[in-house]
Amino acid sequence: MRSVLIVARREFVGYFTSPLAYIFLCLFLVLAGALTFYLGGFFERGQADLEAFFAFHPWLYLFLIPALAMRLWAEEHGSGTLELLASWPLTTAEAVIGKFLAAWLFAGLALALTFPMWLTVSWLGEPDDGVIAAAYLGSWVMAGGYLAIGSLASAMTRSQVVAFVLAAAFSFLFVMSGLEVVQGVLRGLLPQDLASAVASLSFLTRFQAITQGALEASDLAFFVLLIVSALTLTGLVVDLKKAA
Amino acid sequence: MPAIVEIDGLGKRFGPLWAVRDLGFSLRKGEILGFLGPNGAGKSTTMRMIAGFLTPSEGRALVCGVDVAAEPLPAKRAIGYLPEGAPLYGDMTPAGLIAFVARLRRLGGADYRRRREWVAECLGLAQVWRRPIDTLSKGFKRRVGLAQAVLHDPKVLILDEPTDGLDPNQKHEVRGLLREMAKDKAILVSTHALEEVTAVCTRAIIVAEGRIVADDSPRGLFADEPEAVFRRLTLGARAAEAG
Repeated sequence: MRSVLIVARREFVGYFTSPLAYIFLCLFLVLAGALTFYLGGFFERGQADLEAFFAFHPWLYLFLIPALAMRLWAEEHGSGTLELLASWPLTTAEAVIGKFLAAWLFAGLALALTFPMWLTVSWLGEPDDGVIAAAYLGSWVMAGGYLAIGSLASAMTRSQVVAFVLAAAFSFLFVMSGLEVVQGVLRGLLPQDLASAVASLSFLTRFQAITQGALEASDLAFFVLLIVSALTLTGLVVDLKKAA
Repeated sequence: MPAIVEIDGLGKRFGPLWAVRDLGFSLRKGEILGFLGPNGAGKSTTMRMIAGFLTPSEGRALVCGVDVAAEPLPAKRAIGYLPEGAPLYGDMTPAGLIAFVARLRRLGGADYRRRREWVAECLGLAQVWRRPIDTLSKGFKRRVGLAQAVLHDPKVLILDEPTDGLDPNQKHEVRGLLREMAKDKAILVSTHALEEVTAVCTRAIIVAEGRIVADDSPRGLFADEPEAVFRRLTLGARAAEAG
């Protein structure tokens, strides 16, 4: 456990030694704000809630989280530091979890910096703080899902660009699987149960329920299970790459 | 004196190709073993297996009596490893990297401060201590790589071309450092510089095509012109294989 924290600390600090961290934070905050006010019609809705803000998170994460995750392992492969990392007394699992935790904390920091949204809506009306807190938690856990997918994609290649594209593509499948238009096609192709199973993997459907105030254990469990599975696969891929 | 490193029937296969086959040797405290061979002979693959980066396809590597593949963590605690090309995290400073490695190796307090000062001084890193590794010259990078390998005063040192990219003065210093450290360590050094073997090594092994073709003291091995001996041994293996 201590090694996990040591790796996480080094990775977290590492984000701030390159411009990436600052670009990511600025882009996230500007886009989150712009989407809420312009596309989400925050004022036109006339409601004291943050649904217009959270509704865009799955789409925002689709491009921003892969950018955060792409360097996790691809950089180690590319620069040969994986060999150095593997020579220190630390298991692959500890390295995988440590790196993931650093990126997840960073995503949490970006999310926390959107607090003026909450302040604004509290100033304008009387929002349900419980719903907003649950949506923040849900959004962070969902970001973890995207990140774990990104970590797996990053472990599969030595190119950060390829890692980015793979992560965005994988995540896109998870986001889209619940959309009506996709489900319509799937129901025609697959048995009913299988089509519903695919729909249940959708980030959109699960996250929508959370933003509307229904933070159910099953939705959280889904994201946690996804994180655990993707990280387990990441560990296996890293070990496979080491052996090859 | 018992061997600290024991290599027994070690082999590594990549697909249908054996990079290393049936390799065996042992290494005792106080020995500096020069590991020689042409490019692609299997030197780095062997070192990677001993350092626990690659899992052997056959045989085993024992470090301080521990099978590296079966119990990697205790073995890695006893090993200091400099990979080929000395890869490093370019965004870190030597200070940051050494602190990070010290934490992973559970080196803290006064012990850490003492060792940190020792590596910074012995490897001449003080002037670049707080500069990003990316901005350092090849020679400094190599020395930072060496610093992380020797930081925890390991019983076994595995150094893949430690003097590559160093100028003659720096080479001289690193060789002096190796001799000094060898008193209580077993050191395995790969190199292309034959004069390095005669200068620092107590023993030399030449590998070709993944097999050992010579194992002797540098004096015994290179009594004649070293390069001619090297060519005869390593090209001879290829000819014999072809025949």
